[in-house]
Amino acid sequence: MAIFRRRDDAMTMTREGGSARIATDHDMRRQGAPGARQGNRETIVYRTKSGEEIFIIDGHVHLWDASPENQRNIHGKQFIDCFYGYHSALSPKEELWPKAKFEKYGIKTMYRDLFVDGPDDMAIIQPTYLLDFYKKGFNTTEQNAAIVQKYPDRFILNGAFDPRDGERALDHLHELKESYGVKGLKLYTAEWKGSSRGWKLSDPDAYRCFELCEKLGIKNIHVHKGPTITPLDRDAFDVADVDHAATDFPNLNFIVEHVGLPRLEDFCWIAVQEANVYGGLAVAMAFIHSRPRYFAEMIAELLFWLGEDRILFGSDYAIWTPKWLVEKFMAFELPEDIRKERGVDLSLIAKKKILGLNAAKLYGIDVEKQKKKLKTASNKMAAD
Amino acid sequence: MDQNEIRRLEVLARLDTVTDPELDESVTALGFIKDIAIDVAGDVEISFRLPTYWCSANFAYLMTDDMRGAVGALPWVRAVRPRLLDHMYAEAINEGVARGASFKDVFGAEITDDTLEALRLKFLRKSFQRRQEAVLRALLEVSWTPAALVRLRVGELGALVLQAPEWPTLRQRYVEMRTRLARTPLGGDDPAFVTLDGAPLVPERLVAHLETLRAVRLNMEFNGAICRGLLAARESAPDFTTQFPSPPP
Repeated sequence: MAIFRRRDDAMTMTREGGSARIATDHDMRRQGAPGARQGNRETIVYRTKSGEEIFIIDGHVHLWDASPENQRNIHGKQFIDCFYGYHSALSPKEELWPKAKFEKYGIKTMYRDLFVDGPDDMAIIQPTYLLDFYKKGFNTTEQNAAIVQKYPDRFILNGAFDPRDGERALDHLHELKESYGVKGLKLYTAEWKGSSRGWKLSDPDAYRCFELCEKLGIKNIHVHKGPTITPLDRDAFDVADVDHAATDFPNLNFIVEHVGLPRLEDFCWIAVQEANVYGGLAVAMAFIHSRPRYFAEMIAELLFWLGEDRILFGSDYAIWTPKWLVEKFMAFELPEDIRKERGVDLSLIAKKKILGLNAAKLYGIDVEKQKKKLKTASNKMAAD
Repeated sequence: MDQNEIRRLEVLARLDTVTDPELDESVTALGFIKDIAIDVAGDVEISFRLPTYWCSANFAYLMTDDMRGAVGALPWVRAVRPRLLDHMYAEAINEGVARGASFKDVFGAEITDDTLEALRLKFLRKSFQRRQEAVLRALLEVSWTPAALVRLRVGELGALVLQAPEWPTLRQRYVEMRTRLARTPLGGDDPAFVTLDGAPLVPERLVAHLETLRAVRLNMEFNGAICRGLLAARESAPDFTTQFPSPPP
């Protein structure tokens, strides 16, 4: 048994059983009782100093295939190169992956990185189609379904629509509901399509889709509003359209991924007005390692404007792995001057909400029930 | 030093004045410039690379056009041929800037109504705000009161000595932008700190004013960190600020 103790002892990660490196898909961890040995099975439980378990829902993960065989054109190559740039730029050195692994890592690696070596209890898997760049798509709902079907208790599968598809977008929403029972979507308004270089949530065709989402109970709309990748000018990531959609669809939740950066203040302004707007920390979270002061200022802004109930953790796997992100986040404390100036704190309660409880609420996950379910599955596998 | 080398240094000095609007730093210091070729007729070819293939076309166009303008101002230069490398719109931008076309001429169908001039001004203003925040915070750090800050004059700011090693740069960068954005020529008696609209600051509004400035900085820092990180990854060199190759012996 190895115990990784953080310098400040704010949190202990316990690994039970041996042979962490030879974990397989059948390894199940996360036994409730610390110290209990399970032969070679390993368990990781995130606990605070007082022994409290932290239930973690990773709000933003991908299973992509960006291998050269799947690249349709130079854009496909440059797109994954840019992602790899993000990975290289913000990861701790010891967490860097070789390029080939980053291009295509597969189900086994993903499962291990999130749930075996990593601290996630569940993860929301988000699609990014990019059919103009990749032959089979970059990371479609259909591709993601493969890992979800294998580990149904671990994943929440999200879909997507493109309002520029017109009627077909509506049919697709029906299909998503029937085939996968999706409760959420990830929308990428900057995606190219033919000669179009993007769309807006406030477009009439998008509204028809949202009306259908309301009817079908697809309540959680994640929107990529973050750093610029494709658009010619910045408007594709303008957050103003969220304001319109959130006002007109009060029964839907809009999770603005990457918290609207680099338009943090616009995003905060909208979130203050609209109670159904949330902030997803994917990408923003990764600054915690290389620019902790920046991370502190940013999270303080979010705590000040949105409050701790409307912020969601996301690793953006495989750009980053959740293990180091969660470790650093749990150990993180707001510097005194920022705490004072903003009058906010990143307390343990706030951390628990951000890491899992807020997402659980949005997706109707009963955390205690889910813990038991995961534990039972784990015991069953251990006994097999 | 032969004539070609002198000209090369002149070109470099001109390029020093061209900044990446988002990073608020010169394209030379950022290591964007990869090569400068000068022929006997006075044609200058500038090869450069941005942090990613995807850098917004409007920013890429702006910088390319600024380089053409800055270098074209040298008396011996006949023509400037910018060569943006490894960018999704490299061809269109190089060709467009070389013939002096506007951004809208080249990308007309695909862009919204923001002109490059508006973009340029927008980023000058952001840069003003960011540089002002740095100076204000440096002064607050050493216990300047809001009342004293708002009373400070441009001339007094110029004479002010602070212990912090970065102070001279912070001040110089701020005064430069304060001068650029002033509606009328700036005098020593003008207030050192004004709002974006040129209005003097008032002590009671200073906290709110600083909040606005911080929001601008947080966004710019985000872009800056991403761009620098991507650039470093692209160059596979951790120390990317010293990228500019030394002149051949």
